[in-house]
Amino acid sequence: MPTPTDAAGSEPGAAASSAPTPVIEFVDVEKSFGNNVVLKDLNFQVARGERVTLIGPSGSGKTTILRLVMTLEELTGGYIYIDGQPLTHHKRDGKRVPVSKKEQKRLRTRIGMVFQQFNLFPNMTVLENIIEAPIHVLGRSKKDAIAKAHSLLEQVGLPEKADSHPSSLSGGQQQRVAIARALAMDPEILLLDEVTSALDPEVVDDVLNILREVADTTNVTMLIVTHEMGFARDVSHKVMMFDGGHVVEEGPPDKIFTNPEQERTRKFLSAVLGH
Amino acid sequence: MILNLTQAAEIDDPSMVDEEEVRRSPFWDWDFAFDAFPDIFMAFLEVTLLVTVIGSLLAAVLGLVIAILIMVLPKPLAWLVRWVANFIRMTPIVVQLIFVFWAFVWMDALTIGIIVFGVHYATYMSEVYRAGIESVPRGQWEATTALSMSAGRTWRKVVIPQALRSTVPSLGNYAISMFKDTPFLLVIGVAEMVTVAGERGAPVFRTTEVYTIAGLLFLAASYPTAVLINRLEKRLAYAH
Repeated sequence: MPTPTDAAGSEPGAAASSAPTPVIEFVDVEKSFGNNVVLKDLNFQVARGERVTLIGPSGSGKTTILRLVMTLEELTGGYIYIDGQPLTHHKRDGKRVPVSKKEQKRLRTRIGMVFQQFNLFPNMTVLENIIEAPIHVLGRSKKDAIAKAHSLLEQVGLPEKADSHPSSLSGGQQQRVAIARALAMDPEILLLDEVTSALDPEVVDDVLNILREVADTTNVTMLIVTHEMGFARDVSHKVMMFDGGHVVEEGPPDKIFTNPEQERTRKFLSAVLGH
Repeated sequence: MILNLTQAAEIDDPSMVDEEEVRRSPFWDWDFAFDAFPDIFMAFLEVTLLVTVIGSLLAAVLGLVIAILIMVLPKPLAWLVRWVANFIRMTPIVVQLIFVFWAFVWMDALTIGIIVFGVHYATYMSEVYRAGIESVPRGQWEATTALSMSAGRTWRKVVIPQALRSTVPSLGNYAISMFKDTPFLLVIGVAEMVTVAGERGAPVFRTTEVYTIAGLLFLAASYPTAVLINRLEKRLAYAH
């Protein structure tokens, strides 16, 4: 029986199979914006400590999946379970009944997200950005929150920027602060939404290396949307190829990237890898 | 009407005012100006400035409350608040002053003036706040959700501070507008600065001095306020 720590240290792909309660579970998920159906009949599970990368052309619904988990979008059909508990709706007598706001918030505090556009609060200093939620959401003491913030800033290579304002930082630095801010909440699940897409090419590796280190040293479950295939290959246990709101193919990164079964996957990969 | 005729008759009485002297007097009489100044200045402090300062604060707070209510209340209630605010904004302040004065006849006229000015301008300021709130990028709201921040802290620590940055100049301009609207208090019998100036000048047929003093006092208050708003705007801008 796998323990929670199994996945972190293990080789990618090892944790995918038989965890008892999936940390994220999508059941018959459907998402539409008006008449536009983005996701339909989507079913998948993510085990504790597993790192899953979603790849596929833009508009295939990858980002929408992350946003549904973060409750940034309204789920229009089906169910999402976090640690086995319903995130937005539960099933009662075959009907979808919304869960209470309180319950949803309780589950949501286990989930962190890093955005493409960083979304740091410009009216706060770097330190204030990081300690706001640990103090006021998790109820930690200010002293502990500050100590943790400083160690996280150390970890992301910005120990001297605690009192700076985000506007004085470069994009890469802002994104590293955003990673520290998300990690300060000790999330069980970390959602990474194209975190390097808005960055200059020369700083992309700095950010990815920090995330590689997070993947190596913690047991956080990651759901990743990225166009950095090298990074996806390094950190993921599983890669899911999306197109048109469906999973075209899924498997360990070695298989998907070197020997995909589906023609659609092959085409997509040759387009993004440029050969 | 009758009262006016009586006043006119009194003034026409040669024993009250020496018409000849009035006609011959210089355009500007320093003695009269110095004589009238204290009364006008006191009215400025005790009424005009008081109504503007308290009225602006009331408008700034109430305007923000209205803007937030319209955004957070359930649809029918939000619609009601919006409709009432539109109604107040689309009707003249003079009508509102007279209406409230007679509807709440037991209340002190000065208090009524402050409330009516505050509420009237709150409806304008609420639109400024609304625009400011809408200018806060969606990503900021999403970050507060991702951090599970409470609605209260989201508004107080993230949305309002960022919204205010762009609203300060417009709010300040409305405060200055309110200041310049204070002579309307005349219609509910509040002796604000311009009324007092008129009362000092009319009996002696001298208007230049009193209205010049009133005008300069308006300028003396408006200009520093505009400078102050400018400073505040710069201070609220983020460090670059």
